[in-house]
Amino acid sequence: MEPCSFPHIESQLAPILVRHGYDATRLLQVLREVQDVLHFIPPEAVTCIASHFGMPRSGVEGVAGFYSFLSLKPAGEYRILFSDNITDHMLGKPELMQYFCNKLWVEPGKVSEDNLVSVDSTSCTGMCDQGPAALVNGWPLTNLDNNRLDLIAELIRLRKPLADWPPMLFEVADNIRRKGVLLDETQEPGAAIRETLARGARQTLAELDMSNLRGRGGAGFKTAAKWSFCHAAIAEEDGSEICDVDGTTKRVMVCNADEGEPGTFKDRVLLASYADLVFEGMTVGARVVGASKGFLYLRGEYRYLLDRLNTVLDRRRASGLLGRDILGEKGFDFDIEIHLGAGAYICGEESALIESLEGKRGRPRNRPPFPVTHGYLGLPTVVDNVETFACAARIAERGGAWFAAMGTPQSTGSKILSISGDCARPGIYEYPFGVTVREILADCGAQEPYAVQVSGPSGCMISWKEFERKIAFEDLPTAGAFMIFRRNRDVFQAAHNFVHFFAHESCGFCTPCRVGTQLQKKIMDKIDSGHGTVCDLEEMKRLGHLMKSMSHCGLGHTAGNPVLDTMEKFPDVYERKLANLAFEPAFDLDGALETAREITGRDDAWAHL
Amino acid sequence: MGALMNKTISIDGREIPFADGQTIMDAALAAGVYIPHLCHNPEFKPHGSCKLCTVSVNGRKVASCTMPAGEGMVVANDTTELNRERQALVQMLFVEGNHICPACEKSGNCQLQAVAYQLDMMSPHYTHFYPPREVDASHPDVFLDRNRCILCELCVRASRDVDGKNVFGLSGRGIGCRLVVNADSGRLGDTGFAVSDKAARVCPTGAILIKRQGFKVPIGERIFDHRPISEVQTEPGHE
Repeated sequence: MEPCSFPHIESQLAPILVRHGYDATRLLQVLREVQDVLHFIPPEAVTCIASHFGMPRSGVEGVAGFYSFLSLKPAGEYRILFSDNITDHMLGKPELMQYFCNKLWVEPGKVSEDNLVSVDSTSCTGMCDQGPAALVNGWPLTNLDNNRLDLIAELIRLRKPLADWPPMLFEVADNIRRKGVLLDETQEPGAAIRETLARGARQTLAELDMSNLRGRGGAGFKTAAKWSFCHAAIAEEDGSEICDVDGTTKRVMVCNADEGEPGTFKDRVLLASYADLVFEGMTVGARVVGASKGFLYLRGEYRYLLDRLNTVLDRRRASGLLGRDILGEKGFDFDIEIHLGAGAYICGEESALIESLEGKRGRPRNRPPFPVTHGYLGLPTVVDNVETFACAARIAERGGAWFAAMGTPQSTGSKILSISGDCARPGIYEYPFGVTVREILADCGAQEPYAVQVSGPSGCMISWKEFERKIAFEDLPTAGAFMIFRRNRDVFQAAHNFVHFFAHESCGFCTPCRVGTQLQKKIMDKIDSGHGTVCDLEEMKRLGHLMKSMSHCGLGHTAGNPVLDTMEKFPDVYERKLANLAFEPAFDLDGALETAREITGRDDAWAHL
Repeated sequence: MGALMNKTISIDGREIPFADGQTIMDAALAAGVYIPHLCHNPEFKPHGSCKLCTVSVNGRKVASCTMPAGEGMVVANDTTELNRERQALVQMLFVEGNHICPACEKSGNCQLQAVAYQLDMMSPHYTHFYPPREVDASHPDVFLDRNRCILCELCVRASRDVDGKNVFGLSGRGIGCRLVVNADSGRLGDTGFAVSDKAARVCPTGAILIKRQGFKVPIGERIFDHRPISEVQTEPGHE
């Protein structure tokens, strides 16, 4: 179907552009809204936005083309994206998606003839504890089965607006199974800020230092060090002691809620039910480093939380916990704005996240300089994980020594795990650091566990021989994902799935990652189809090491992990798949005739090689 | 020059002076030391995307075009390991696009081809992707052939920073990244691009070709037909 034309695009977009003040840093937010209203971003809209923002058209097209949830071609009035994580696969995603496509007479990745609906896959939507999951026009659908898909197909056929769909389709449960210091105790809003003001910023930083809190996003950088670097970046210049804030934005606090690592969904729960704790931590941080501007970068998949989070922010403003002169402290001004992502795993990388916050393509920056000195719009910026801020709020209230007494000496405090895969009770589990994998598996009712993917595709896969290992920075560091595979699960398929994930999510900036992730995908596809050889395994080892050594950022550095890890720990799953040959061409001669067979409608023996 | 060059780094055991603010690449080129590169051009802001210029600094791999030189850095550059990895990157660039050197009018003047020779690349090694890419002949004086684009963004930088026109940009993501031009039609002929623009002359491959010039200099008499890229790019005053 020909794309429709938009003669009245100016008046259609005017309200959106006005609301965002024609501000180029709002470009991604504007494009998201255009996508919502028009179901894609037509060329007319690109031209219109570019002219109002005073930027080249190619710049707007560049941003719109980068994010998965934005579409430069019609994507249907209803765009259904099935979550493609391995846990969704294990719960029947491929069959369900095929069933749904058949039902609606659409091909995956294509729009129906009447432009009504399109069905495709998307990277993990963070609902692994209640999959198979999908998104419809950005709203999460959980616990999908044939019955639910029948209902959804019917609602689409009747062109029912999403607001009229049964709410049970969109229900998202917290599934908190085990609570620790973060999840168990309640904190009165403002308690940590009051303590911070009473103790002073300098002393609060000392408490944070004493707590030995390390970043919960996976890398484990010491939070107190990051905060003091950020403060020190311009301290000489503005002559400020820690905590002197004069009302102009000089430093920025960013909460990284772009929880894109497949298998991770703890931030979803923290934001859904513990948002005050997270915002409290950001406000404490603002006081310590002297920041007046805060952002929560919320992944597009979690846009269903947006209104709820804005309500919490409003309530905090009304109670004097955000805004000017917080809790009556003259000059303590800090507010938080929520920016939505639009489907790009790379934006979880802090410098890519900052680019995205500025309304650009999410491309990791060259470093140095680092965000703590040159971040958002060149200002010193702290970017911390959601859980890190929750910890900081607890530490500000209860003190560093209290926190440091939990966990292990190098990994203090607790860690929230998102558990999914083959277990009776998937969900959220909070443990003190140092807990063994075996203990966790017992608690969640894992069925004949064989392997666990710790910290998602970029983390590592451990085998049943390693279940005595501990969750801790010094042993198994993790951002929270914990995906369980029982005996007889094909571990190769997990690696295969992860390799596809990285190929889809590479930003494309640097050669080794852009091409390497594709080559890795092609080779894994070849092995999967029964054409793999020993040469291919060697090639993948070389690729994995090349990406690790030459790539621009963490995505490329870790993109080889799933293959390298599984090849080392489960060599038999690869060997079983190999064709018994030293060499097998990647080019499938018979497969190349498929188009000709389709055109001629032949499938007899003479049409094959 | 002007800036004080009183500090040094060591590259493959040779002491190289540098001034504050210079990158490892700047210091190396100034001293006549060749580090393979494609997306870097001393005239423009460093980019760091092709990763060919990766060197090992005190055991850590960094892109030399974006890494500031620091007193006492010990840099390994011309090593078997690094050159093997660089060769793999060039092979990747060859297979992700559609490069047909014998039929390309840039042959002999092409940096991608020259750096492949420099790194002893004998075959593309990897499976070709054969991607469908758009060719744009709409401009009266310039061809845009995306088959040969390596996404170095030199034309983007030149058009933005020198010509002040912003004719080019990148869209898409991952392997779907592509060069786009600043026109509603998406065609180069409908942009303000002119053959006299700096951006018309910075492409290291044959993605941007000036029409009616292709064979003015016959094959065999072109820059890299006579001298390796390592010599050409380390000449004083080389752009």
